[in-house]
Amino acid sequence: MEIIEYIKLVFSDYTLRTITFGTAILGAVTGMLGSFAVLRKQSLLGDAISHAALPGIALAFLITGTKDSNVLLIGALISGLIGTFWIRGITSKTHLKSDTALGLILSVFFGFGILLLTFIQKLPNADQAGLDKYLFGQAATLMESDVWLMTLVTGLCLIVLLLFWKEFKILLFDKDYALTLGFNTKLIDILITSFIVLAIVLGLQTVGVVLMSAMLLAPAAAARQWTNSLGMMVFLAAILGASAGFFGTAISATQSNLSTGPVIVLVASVFVLFSFVLSPKRGLLFKQIRLIKNRNDLELQKTLAFMYHIVEDHEDISHPHAIRILNNFQGYSRKGLKKLVDKHYVELDGEMWSLTPKGFEVASNLYNQNQKND
Amino acid sequence: MGKIAVKVDDLTVAYNYKPVIWDIDLKIPEGVLMAIVGPNGAGKSTLIKAILGILKPIAGSVTIFDKPYKSQRKHVAYVPQKESVDWDFPTTALDVVMMGTYGSLGWIKRPGIKEKKSALEALEKVGMLSFKNRQISQLSGGQQQRIFLARALVQDASIYFMDEPFQGVDATTEVAIVNILKELRKAGKTVVVVHHDLQTVPEYFDWVTFLNVKKIATGPVKDIFNDDNLTKTYGINYKVSIQK
Repeated sequence: MEIIEYIKLVFSDYTLRTITFGTAILGAVTGMLGSFAVLRKQSLLGDAISHAALPGIALAFLITGTKDSNVLLIGALISGLIGTFWIRGITSKTHLKSDTALGLILSVFFGFGILLLTFIQKLPNADQAGLDKYLFGQAATLMESDVWLMTLVTGLCLIVLLLFWKEFKILLFDKDYALTLGFNTKLIDILITSFIVLAIVLGLQTVGVVLMSAMLLAPAAAARQWTNSLGMMVFLAAILGASAGFFGTAISATQSNLSTGPVIVLVASVFVLFSFVLSPKRGLLFKQIRLIKNRNDLELQKTLAFMYHIVEDHEDISHPHAIRILNNFQGYSRKGLKKLVDKHYVELDGEMWSLTPKGFEVASNLYNQNQKND
Repeated sequence: MGKIAVKVDDLTVAYNYKPVIWDIDLKIPEGVLMAIVGPNGAGKSTLIKAILGILKPIAGSVTIFDKPYKSQRKHVAYVPQKESVDWDFPTTALDVVMMGTYGSLGWIKRPGIKEKKSALEALEKVGMLSFKNRQISQLSGGQQQRIFLARALVQDASIYFMDEPFQGVDATTEVAIVNILKELRKAGKTVVVVHHDLQTVPEYFDWVTFLNVKKIATGPVKDIFNDDNLTKTYGINYKVSIQK
């Protein structure tokens, strides 16, 4: 299907429109909040929260007997919050490191959740089918009301971010210092964590417990590669998250038998891979290129300095010398010599080379500089 | 020296069971440049953090100019250890220094032209003005330390607590910090510095506190900075003759 055709379809087809907007908005809000999780080195918190939400879903179903997504999400929210504050409690009250606490809460809650799900499946009367969609997500079940809820939370999150931007920033960078300035860091902390929990819970229906943390991390990790400003990072992460939602839905809608959640996560991962390799400042590719270029430049400079040493004893600086005397010098190569010729520092005549006045001047400056550094 | 800037009474802090600082009484007169010295694990940073309310003490109280610390935060500035933050955080030198204005702004209000101006002035004082738009990860250790110092200067406080500002800095930065300390003293400010290099204590400071879990001694450098107190604090027989 052509992309134009697809976009037309998004606007005409009710179901497709709902899913597309839903996943895009979800991507935007998780991208925004994910930036904060990544910068606080709490990348795994999202994973623990999403897994901790599972028993809440199962319990909400057991208690109310309904499969209404809003009811189940409230259950998820409560158990997600409980999990989060237990993690905090464990790290502050015991010797356990935060990764241990995260792992502990994640597996205990998830195990309990799975236990409840299997229990529900064996109930004789319950129409239990469908609860397991929260494991891997099922975007197709998104309804317009779900999307409205997501939009509401995203809007609220934006307002809070704009209002408390300075407080969030200083908490992320230097919590102790923020405390000495008189800010209630616990309050800011709770505010931001609650929004992260909320965003994760909203995404469970679409992406599922298992993959949800990727929605939080991938856009933020990708965005970090392109910018050195916090505001820009949050903005970019939102855009990348939304794009992952949009394109992920498009790909899964146009190919049969591809479920949406995993495709969205894969698209987001492609963004990460692309950013890690190709971003101009932090990307691996350009780092490597800069490294090689630096080495080559230094080799050239060294060769030029060596030539200068040979030449400086002669009255005529452009007196020709045999190329073979360079062979003993490490870092010399034919290719390097050709580069020096291209720069008009050196002239070649058969098997002889000579320094040009320009080359001599550059070399003497190099040499002086080196001497100064000695 | 009349007024007492900081008064610490019976301050005790413990991680788990073992006390890190025990029953500290301390009076810091206004206008002194005080070094806190002691071996590793003596509780020097802990003392500062407890005074500033970052750590919750088991017992004890802190008053700033005769009032409880909580009501006097505006008078107190803090320079944390450089290693306490992640310098790969996406922000610029100027932005970090601006954080020093957040306290007086309070909740929600954003820094404006006035705050930016005082941040730029502070950057100039520490010789970092030309680095204002530099990404903080690209600064050297000494430059990062100067950024932290500038951030505290922006607070325009009366009392400055600095946690090892000389730790791992180059000679340029050391000179810059010493000059700032002297200027602060000239302006009548009180400065308390956790310090490691005993050799420079008489040169840089006029007041000293010896700490090793308990307070060993506190007073003017010329009176109490001697082998006796050094031995009591560091446990070994201290025979280094330090010029005064």
